[in-house]
Amino acid sequence: MAENRHSVLGLSDETVLKMYETMLLARRLDERMWLLNRSGKIPFVISCQGQEAAQVGAAFALDKEKDYVLPYYRDMGVVLTFGMTAADLMLSGFAKAEDPNSGGRQMPGHFGQKKNRIVTGSSPVTTQVPHAVGIALGGKMAKEDVVAFVTFGEGSSNQGDFHEGANFAGVHKLPVIFMCENNKYAISVPVEKQLACENVADRAQGYGMPGFTVDGNDPIEVYKYVKEAADRARRGEGPTLIETVSYRLTAHSSDDDDRTYRSPDEVQKAKTNDPIITFGQYLKETGVLNDELEKEMNDRVMKEVNEATEYAENAPYAKAEDALTYVYAEKQ
Amino acid sequence: MAMEMEVKDIPQKKETTQFLTIVQAVNDGMKTLLETDDTVMILGEDIGKNGGVFRATEGLQEKFGADRVIDTPLAEAGIIGTSVGLAVNGFKPIAEIQFLGFIYPAYEQIMTHVSRIRMRTMGHFSVPMVIRAPYGAGIRSPEIHSDSTETLFTHMPGIKVVCPSTPYDAKGLLIAAMEDPDPVLMLEPMKSYRAKREEVPTGKYTVEIGKGKKVKEGTDVTLIAWGAMMTVVEKAAEQAEKKGISCEIIDLRTLYPIDREIIAESVQKTGRAVIVHEAQLTGGLGNDIVSIINDTSFLYLRAPIERVTGFDVPVPFFALEEDFLPTPARVVEGIEKVVHF
Ligand SMILES: Cc1ncc(C[n+]2csc(CCOP(=O)(O)OP(=O)(O)O)c2C)c(N)n1
Ligand SMILES: [Mg+2]
Repeated sequence: MAENRHSVLGLSDETVLKMYETMLLARRLDERMWLLNRSGKIPFVISCQGQEAAQVGAAFALDKEKDYVLPYYRDMGVVLTFGMTAADLMLSGFAKAEDPNSGGRQMPGHFGQKKNRIVTGSSPVTTQVPHAVGIALGGKMAKEDVVAFVTFGEGSSNQGDFHEGANFAGVHKLPVIFMCENNKYAISVPVEKQLACENVADRAQGYGMPGFTVDGNDPIEVYKYVKEAADRARRGEGPTLIETVSYRLTAHSSDDDDRTYRSPDEVQKAKTNDPIITFGQYLKETGVLNDELEKEMNDRVMKEVNEATEYAENAPYAKAEDALTYVYAEKQ
Repeated sequence: MAMEMEVKDIPQKKETTQFLTIVQAVNDGMKTLLETDDTVMILGEDIGKNGGVFRATEGLQEKFGADRVIDTPLAEAGIIGTSVGLAVNGFKPIAEIQFLGFIYPAYEQIMTHVSRIRMRTMGHFSVPMVIRAPYGAGIRSPEIHSDSTETLFTHMPGIKVVCPSTPYDAKGLLIAAMEDPDPVLMLEPMKSYRAKREEVPTGKYTVEIGKGKKVKEGTDVTLIAWGAMMTVVEKAAEQAEKKGISCEIIDLRTLYPIDREIIAESVQKTGRAVIVHEAQLTGGLGNDIVSIINDTSFLYLRAPIERVTGFDVPVPFFALEEDFLPTPARVVEGIEKVVHF
């Protein structure tokens, strides 16, 4: 039996199983999107694969009723935890009119869903970071108990938007959690060519906040650090920078060929640490998961993926005139 | 046909050519520049080992080294700001912005320094550099990736803006841009990157900045376009010819400074003009072209000038992209409107 590391954090067996199922759902949805892309049905995929543990571990540590999340394009695990459904994601993947969040206007992977406090983001990387700071400032002004959680890649932590946002939050001690999902690459450029410091978390010091580098393949570890950061934020002690280290298991996107810049061996090696496998093992070794439960879970997930795919594929596209709407407030 | 145009500086030996796409011609242009001038450097995201997300810089880092072909950190203000410093210090940077839609972090550097350093120092400092950016819609990469924001830069004295639509012009304009004493933004129509091939000289040659090109002679109407819209306009012209309308086609090639003569000469002959661009109508470059025609050729006009453009909304999502972009059918409508005025 492996050591049970979740109970001490107040995570029930039921909760960790739910975490695992959310990770699985994200993975299987993403895999389906690649298939659909390769058969010419959806225009673009950008993957969560390899980062599900960090995403789900973090999102479970937040308050789904109160907190805001500002995800970046890989965060399927975050948005599924916060209430987006497989069908929502598929409708967006196909860019169908019925996509409830943008009517097919946002790129797949560019999430946003007001009812679940998932704040809309766009393509230019890191631009969401200062938005989180503003949301947190608003929460503080209104004396609301709100934490703003924002994510971005390690390459993106070089943009001014990160530094300006982090500094603002540090100066005003705002309830923000900056989570950098370090997957070792920014498209083709390895992290050594992006950062002069060793860890993204080192950057926290410059902005007067604590910074932590954690194992992004371990959802329990990520949960622990994000929970502590959220507690600190709620106590008025200001922001935290958390760097989750994992590995991007797919090409950057469906438009990228990663064989030009990294070896298949390296990818193969990283796959032995695939969090879907390692967390599944942990759950079995701690007696939380067994083969029967696992089969039920897999069947449930695949059913959801299949239904979502079928529904979205058959849904109609928007009408051409729809492109003219919502640019300004509609006249009453 | 392109071979008769503005071929300058052709090496003495018998010219050899390669059969290249636009993106290959851009690559070959950079290769030529790196080979012939030690001060040329290339900076950008994913341009080194990966060879660029569109493969425009393929093989260049391998050949010229990671010191001259630099994979920069992911930060556009840094790319352009650093290029300014390099240029001030005697180097000739070519900065790649991965998509024109990601240029905004660098917009401050371009607006406040790249375009003004010469003016505010009475020429003591200057920043000859090239900024390259793939742009335009039509490859289903919506949201910011597909915008045509050329007028953000034509409305900026101090920088020149070029936009090739053929492989020959792509290489020739790139080399001319690098040899120009002033900064030049080269917009590369993504949709046309691999659409056609043509013979491109292997050596060094330039296509003069500020000169349009008459692509086709005609008598009834002048069609003016650039970049990926050239294909649309050419198709429209074919359809119009079938209806007995003779179209003259101008590829503007340089968006600032605009070739006023080529426009005036043609419109004074045909008496009619249709301007086609994918950018939104309001604030689009078409309006400047209308003004040029107004200033130079008003009394020759036989019909009001027509503009066929994108709509005043952000470029829409995948499924509706084609509804936003001018199509041959919409251009033909514009042609018929001016001809039957
Ligand atoms: C401002 C801006 N510049 C360039 C891009 C193109 N681009 C998209 S993702 C990406 C790499 C991001 O790397 P990283 O921040 O490490 O995140 P990852 O994709 O690895 O999760 C680049 C260069 C962009 N979207 N926005
Ligand atoms: Mg990364």
